[in-house]
Amino acid sequence: MIEFTLNGEAVSIETDPLRRLLDVLREDFELKGPKEGCGEGECGACAVLLDGKLVNSCLVPIGAIAKREITTIEGYRHTRRHAVLAESFSEEGAVQCGICTPGMIMAAEALLSEHPEPTAEQIKEGLSGNLCRCTGYNMIVRAVARAAEKGKGLW
Amino acid sequence: MNLSHSVPRVDAIEKSEATTQYIADMEFAGMLYARTLRADRPRAKILTIDIPPLPAGYYIIDHNDVPGKNRIKMLIYDWPFFAEDVVNHVGEPILLVVGPDRDELETLLSRIVVHYADSAPILSIEEARRGSLPPIYGEDNCFAKYEIVKGDPEGAFAGAARIVESEHRTGYQEHVYIEPQGFVGLVEKGNKITVYGSMQCPYYVKNALIEGLGCAPEKVRVVQTTTGGAFGGKEEYPSLIAGHVAFAALKTGRPVQLLFDRSEDIAATTKRHPSVFRYRTALDAEGCIRGMDVEIDLDGGAYAGLSSVVLQRAIFAATGIYRVDNLRVSGRVLATNTVPTGAFRGFGAPQAFFAIEMHMERIAGELGLDPLEFKMSHALKQGDETSTGGYIWQAVKLPEMVEQLERMSGYTRKRAEIKQRGNAGNLPLRGIGLSLFFHGCGFTGNAEQAIIKGRATLSKLPGEKVEILVSSAEMGQGCQTTLRKIVAHALDIPLDNVIYANPDTDRVPDSGPTVASRTVMVVGRLLERAAAEMKSRWDTEETFSVTTAYRQPEWVKWDQDTLKGDAYPTYSWGANVVEVEIDPLTLETDIRGAWGVYDVGVPIDERIVLGQIEGGMVQGLGYATIEVMNMKQGHILQNSLTDYIIPTVKDVPPIESSLVANPYEDGPFGAKGAGELPLVGAAPALAAAVQHALGLPVADIPVTPEYLLRLLEQTSLK
Repeated sequence: MIEFTLNGEAVSIETDPLRRLLDVLREDFELKGPKEGCGEGECGACAVLLDGKLVNSCLVPIGAIAKREITTIEGYRHTRRHAVLAESFSEEGAVQCGICTPGMIMAAEALLSEHPEPTAEQIKEGLSGNLCRCTGYNMIVRAVARAAEKGKGLW
Repeated sequence: MNLSHSVPRVDAIEKSEATTQYIADMEFAGMLYARTLRADRPRAKILTIDIPPLPAGYYIIDHNDVPGKNRIKMLIYDWPFFAEDVVNHVGEPILLVVGPDRDELETLLSRIVVHYADSAPILSIEEARRGSLPPIYGEDNCFAKYEIVKGDPEGAFAGAARIVESEHRTGYQEHVYIEPQGFVGLVEKGNKITVYGSMQCPYYVKNALIEGLGCAPEKVRVVQTTTGGAFGGKEEYPSLIAGHVAFAALKTGRPVQLLFDRSEDIAATTKRHPSVFRYRTALDAEGCIRGMDVEIDLDGGAYAGLSSVVLQRAIFAATGIYRVDNLRVSGRVLATNTVPTGAFRGFGAPQAFFAIEMHMERIAGELGLDPLEFKMSHALKQGDETSTGGYIWQAVKLPEMVEQLERMSGYTRKRAEIKQRGNAGNLPLRGIGLSLFFHGCGFTGNAEQAIIKGRATLSKLPGEKVEILVSSAEMGQGCQTTLRKIVAHALDIPLDNVIYANPDTDRVPDSGPTVASRTVMVVGRLLERAAAEMKSRWDTEETFSVTTAYRQPEWVKWDQDTLKGDAYPTYSWGANVVEVEIDPLTLETDIRGAWGVYDVGVPIDERIVLGQIEGGMVQGLGYATIEVMNMKQGHILQNSLTDYIIPTVKDVPPIESSLVANPYEDGPFGAKGAGELPLVGAAPALAAAVQHALGLPVADIPVTPEYLLRLLEQTSLK
């Protein structure tokens, strides 16, 4: 039995401890926000927060998260911080096909919690594990900068 | 309200909240899963297949389970849904294993043994040219061959004061949409087959299923799910996957899901055609171009797919934005025992524009002329004849665009500075390059009128709402927003009153595929016309529908047999500058800046067009630099995102772009195509910059450090 906190709630699951966190989230908890883009930790579409730090859920075996805390986009999207990020993403044109967007938003949250007033370089560093094939990235970088500005005090 | 001013994308917030359903997120009661057994050799006969005993509830689906024709209908019937007795490329599907447990499917898959008798494969353009092995296709092993001739090319070469030649090669490019391909198929009541999936062209899929299932059109329904990137990669290949899930659903009576993992997606789906372009140009004593001869070979892979149309676009783009009065262009698509190549943003034009721009740089270099001046002195103007004997009907704003580009990038000033300072010592080598390009908007020639025959419907619903019924698919490019804007603007109603669901072939007419930069210009125009009629009846009728059909602009004249006339009704234009620094020790290229000026007519939404520009330029810069794909014995060596590298946020330079307005009379509110154009000019500008930095003629892309090292070695050997 693996017990952990998922989006603020205590949960437990009886399963093979080597299963990928991504599969457990999508199949057992029906959380479809984390997406599988590559299955090898290159694209970041499956990114979630593990104890507040950004991880690729395709690389984490479920057994490794006992007693720890997972936040997915589904847990995050009700927050004021998410609203500011979503609005900024929209205003800067940072969303196109949308498949990378949940992962990008989680990466932005991780980066803004560490650097509430990030430099452009810090934003790039924070998003460097997430691939986007549509936007060319600069619009996403500007969206995160805008969110930091608009959401002053939130992070 | 100014139409071009940006509005919030209608899908941005839900995508940020992850409430948008992609194909992998859809669940159906009793759904089974499928995995594909693929050929692991490039050319072989299948002798026998050993299949282990299957547990209850597991199935094998192969060519015997295809009720209709085991061929995907694109242009010709050559591409099988499942291999029969031969395989022609690594990754070709042989059969599916279907069942309820995915781990069990992997186990079963690993225990199936295929016995082959290998034949000698044709693995590259060079091997195909040699022609020493039995053909894969037809008698001459060419999927397509065309030639266009204009004026008197032989006379031009006979009287030339000087002839300049160059040869250019381009490599594979993988689309890397972040959402891998996938479909779910199910049998609905009345034995109707329905497929849901990630795709660009619902009616291509429907037509392929009608043939594969051998059934009536009303027995097939195709529903597009919001598509996580496509770039042409979900134009033809989805028809094959849709067939697989349809055949599996038919056999099992259950919903069947087939999702590709990334390595499978890279190994099996289409890519951009590798190419070889050979140029010869005849110059007069003043250094003016008198004639040009171009030979093009494209690597089509094992099946034809859309390759013949890709070749046509490459041929029509082979003279770039330049006027050449005496011309011969010939081209072939060669069959090889490699993964089939196909549609990819630009569709033959990125290869051609890279080649012609580098050839023009080469000529300017040999003549000791400034490349920009040389190029502009040969640029097409309004009223000029095109390479196919059609005309440039609309205004050409290139001089204004170049002026703007100069102001933004400082191209000429920086070139002079670099020349003065010189590139010496251990400092990074600086260089700056420029490209000029266009993209023919919409389908080639008269295909919109002769083949596609697009239709669009607008329905007025109770409560002053209006529904858009078209087969155009949202894949990130923003058509959910832009088409709504066109309708709302034409009817003068709020954007929120316009409904536009993902296309379902049971509900929408065939407006054509979501390809060729045609959605806004062609489908948007159909909707604009429907809205105009709706407006005239708005106050007197409560609920009604208006359907419009495509009408070819009256100036378009085209003969598909001779390839003469107006290859495109109009063109979108672009000019790019790229600045680089090259480390003299590692030969790594650092892109310092990229600039672009574009004429897309009138933008329907400035921010969405900016998104196309930035995303397209970065995809083009990736194509030119880091996106390397090689084959070894027909196997792709880079079949993961660890090995096939695309740009990350850290690889992207600052990009500055602007638009020059040039309203097009047959586009909605003056709009032309914008989706493909921004990719087309990035590679030649980058390569010209690298050439400038090194002082060596760059002939090929991708421009990797290994390639540059070879260039330097070749030069020092001379």
